[in-house]
Amino acid sequence: MPLFYGTEIASPLMLGTAQYPSPAILADAFRASSAGIATVSLRREAGGGQDFLRLVEGLGAAILPNTAGCHSVKEAVTTAQMARELLGTDWIKLEVIGHSDLLSPDVIALVEAAAELTAQGFKVFPYCTEDLSVAERLLRAGCEVLMPWGAPIGSGLGLNNPHGLRALRAAFPEVPLVVDAGIGRPSHAASAMELGFDAVLLNTAVARAGDPVAMARAMAQAAEAGRAACLADPIEPREMAAPSTPVIGKAFLQ
Amino acid sequence: MKLTINGERRDLDAATVAEALAALDMGEARVATALNGDFVPASARAQTALSPGDALEIVAPMQGG
Repeated sequence: MPLFYGTEIASPLMLGTAQYPSPAILADAFRASSAGIATVSLRREAGGGQDFLRLVEGLGAAILPNTAGCHSVKEAVTTAQMARELLGTDWIKLEVIGHSDLLSPDVIALVEAAAELTAQGFKVFPYCTEDLSVAERLLRAGCEVLMPWGAPIGSGLGLNNPHGLRALRAAFPEVPLVVDAGIGRPSHAASAMELGFDAVLLNTAVARAGDPVAMARAMAQAAEAGRAACLADPIEPREMAAPSTPVIGKAFLQ
Repeated sequence: MKLTINGERRDLDAATVAEALAALDMGEARVATALNGDFVPASARAQTALSPGDALEIVAPMQGG
């Protein structure tokens, strides 16, 4: 099971808390999936924050605050500082957004923010791309987890670059890796886990499904199945057929 | 004092961040604060003076992905 900064999490599914039809459905989705980590944001308090805080603290999942919507190092660092005080955790899902259409990470600012936050004692979970040199810089900046996107946030496209994700896995066999963003179907979650990733983080695919609770359960099952398959050492694909039934001993019938 | 609180212009009778929170009825709430873009820890709110035109952000955990 995933090990993040020395803490073992009992599920390979990490779930966001946004966009559910109701707080009750959010709580049911967590119950149905046994997701191990819940991501939250920080937003201006307009009256709802106190109830929400009680809700997420009762989910039975570790809380991972994010810096969603931050476009600069300064914004991300200040947001992380506020999150640490509010939630009593030094974990931070670091997002520094570079492009508003794709919500892709600004990897240059990301590395800078990761170094600054690590120096301040944070345990950084960077939302990054599958680029190997960026990954290397993030690790050098002090990150002990990497969270490359599968596809743009909320797109549901799945794994846009499975070869790149596979290369990342091979390059950093000891680093916990999470596919964060882009997962739309359970098959995407299973594929990520089959590649050897330690966990998947998703939100929209569950929260916006017709039945979020059933989809949360399906995602958890898929992540578990993909993990089990990876551990079971799957066969390599081949171009031509290979008979599974023995050829020897077939009756001669002509 | 004229302040910008969570993006809204307000006239508040408060000399410090702590007094501003109390005036907004958030003295006891679990919130975090930033003044003009810089984090103000809870322990420093009572000593952090406000000046006219300051921008105070008051945040809480919310839904997020």
